Amino acid sequence: MDLSFLQISPGRALAPAVDWLNAHFHGVFAAIGRGVEAALSALEFVLLVLPAPAVIAIAALAVFFLIGWRLAVLIAACLGFVLLMGLWRETMQAIALVTVAVILSVAIAFPLGVLAARRPKVEAVLRPVLDIMQTVPPWVYLIPAVMIFGLGRVPAIMATIIYGIPPMLRLTTLAFRQVPVAFRELGAAIGASPRAVLFRIEIPTAMPTLLVGLNQCILLSLAMVVLAGLVGAGGLGAEVTRGLTRMEMGLGLRAGLAIVAVALLMDRLSRGILQQGRDKGGKS
Amino acid sequence: MNESRAEVLVDCQSLWKIFGDKTEAAIRAVSERGATKADVLQQFNCVVGVSGASLQVRRGEIFCIMGLSGSGKSTLIRMLNRLIDPSLGKVLVKGEDLSRLDTARLREMRARHIGMVFQSVALLPNRTVLENAGFGLEVQGVPRAERNAAARASLAKVGLSEWLDRYPSELSGGMQQRVGLARALTSDPEIILMDEPFSALDPLIRRQLQDEFRQLTKELGKSAVFITHDLDEAIRIGDRIAIMKDGAIIQTGTAEEIILNPADQYVADFVAGISRVHLVKAHSVMIPVAEFRHQHPDIALDTLPAAAPDADVAALIGQITEAAQGAVAVVDQGQAVGVITMRNLLLSLREAPAAQGGDHG
Repeated sequence: MDLSFLQISPGRALAPAVDWLNAHFHGVFAAIGRGVEAALSALEFVLLVLPAPAVIAIAALAVFFLIGWRLAVLIAACLGFVLLMGLWRETMQAIALVTVAVILSVAIAFPLGVLAARRPKVEAVLRPVLDIMQTVPPWVYLIPAVMIFGLGRVPAIMATIIYGIPPMLRLTTLAFRQVPVAFRELGAAIGASPRAVLFRIEIPTAMPTLLVGLNQCILLSLAMVVLAGLVGAGGLGAEVTRGLTRMEMGLGLRAGLAIVAVALLMDRLSRGILQQGRDKGGKS
Repeated sequence: MNESRAEVLVDCQSLWKIFGDKTEAAIRAVSERGATKADVLQQFNCVVGVSGASLQVRRGEIFCIMGLSGSGKSTLIRMLNRLIDPSLGKVLVKGEDLSRLDTARLREMRARHIGMVFQSVALLPNRTVLENAGFGLEVQGVPRAERNAAARASLAKVGLSEWLDRYPSELSGGMQQRVGLARALTSDPEIILMDEPFSALDPLIRRQLQDEFRQLTKELGKSAVFITHDLDEAIRIGDRIAIMKDGAIIQTGTAEEIILNPADQYVADFVAGISRVHLVKAHSVMIPVAEFRHQHPDIALDTLPAAAPDADVAALIGQITEAAQGAVAVVDQGQAVGVITMRNLLLSLREAPAAQGGDHG
């Protein structure tokens, strides 16, 4: 008996949907694409306009004065390492890509995470969506992203954002759930506005867990950016892809180590910036 | 006695709080046909947190609410600043009905007139002692210099001037609770709600804080509602005490009134272990002058040593053992208002049911 008529093919349903979106909302997508492209180009320009040694010196000095010498040494070491490996330009491109992707992921995930922590119904709806987002192999996102935004950096960023949202969102929800009831009661009892409760009580108290979320978001985005090399996003991902397709162990390894350096740098830097001025409080 | 004439700051009128899915029907049943707590649980499967609680807190008074866990005292205190909305009944603070205030005015009421101190202290870990003490003013948008000055002053009142730049994790439990009290005082409210503030502290520190709290509140002329599960604490701190059981207030009065005339067996059991020698006062032990004359026609009243009406039993024992006739005259404004004999004194120390017998001499 032929059971092929029972075969399920969601792609057959989704493909026309993507086509339809593409046909009717082309303007919207094009505008989003241009916006993202502009942000990326601006960031890349800033990172690449000066010679590499100057950028390393400025970054290390800024971190030294704003945060501390340990982090400054680490930053200089990471950047020096990629420079010596001859992957400076690609690394800066990857940093720009990940930075824009992480900012957008957080901008979407943080408010939704707070909402989910306050309304159990929102969380109930979001949970399966997040499960799907996390378990579908990430390069599957690349297909509709490329169909809508064309080849290049923009679809790479879109796929990265989809991948970066779930950890940030989940940990934001967890972080806000963990704020002791007594703190919220305190806020109400002293007549604080909801805004003051959010910014002065909830976010500072939730910060350690939020930082874990940000860290996960950065690391997963970096992993995705590598995949994005497949769709011509450039940067370190392109080098990894080239290493893989040509079976060049040396190139693949160099690009891989550069990605580790970028991961280290972005994670420690984001932590340092967000924890600045709360070092002593962090003890408790 | 003056306190009974002082202005009523907090006025609770038959407050109910009902938790559950069918609260509306339950509330209707309570308000329309006077359903009881048991009815509500049986018919609507709703739990009654507080049932028909009424109390008045007057200016300058420390009002203790004593009850065991689950008696509804924490729910009741949270209705006094509307952290919990009452299901039924009214709360008037300084004459204003809290349920009629909009969010902005409710916030202002909480910020300016009602301070609160929590059992868990709730100090923000990433702020210094000074910043925590000034936090109430900070969220009201008071400039830094001004709020720091106010926070410094209130921290000085609780004896923490040396600790301004420390973090809460560096302080002991007792010190943390002092910061909690200082934070409530910084906004200079008339009323302070204390939600079992000293329960988690060890006994010595607790007693010290109880005495300091009472002294400070009286000095500053604040009024306080103080929740506790410890009758000794209520007696030590409170001008008046309300005893709660199963969501209802079963007796309100001074420590002396409650000990001498417990409203029911539950209260009687509670007060049974409390020492009376410092609580029972001459005016509730004495017999009328005429009765004394009738019993002891041979003793002239003016030969007896005199005691004030509010002298406690401990002082009276001292006086009476020195007196040759074994009796003390109670004198109020130069006028003998009653006499206490050794027998009266002994009766006053007997347990609750018999204490009533003491009234008839």
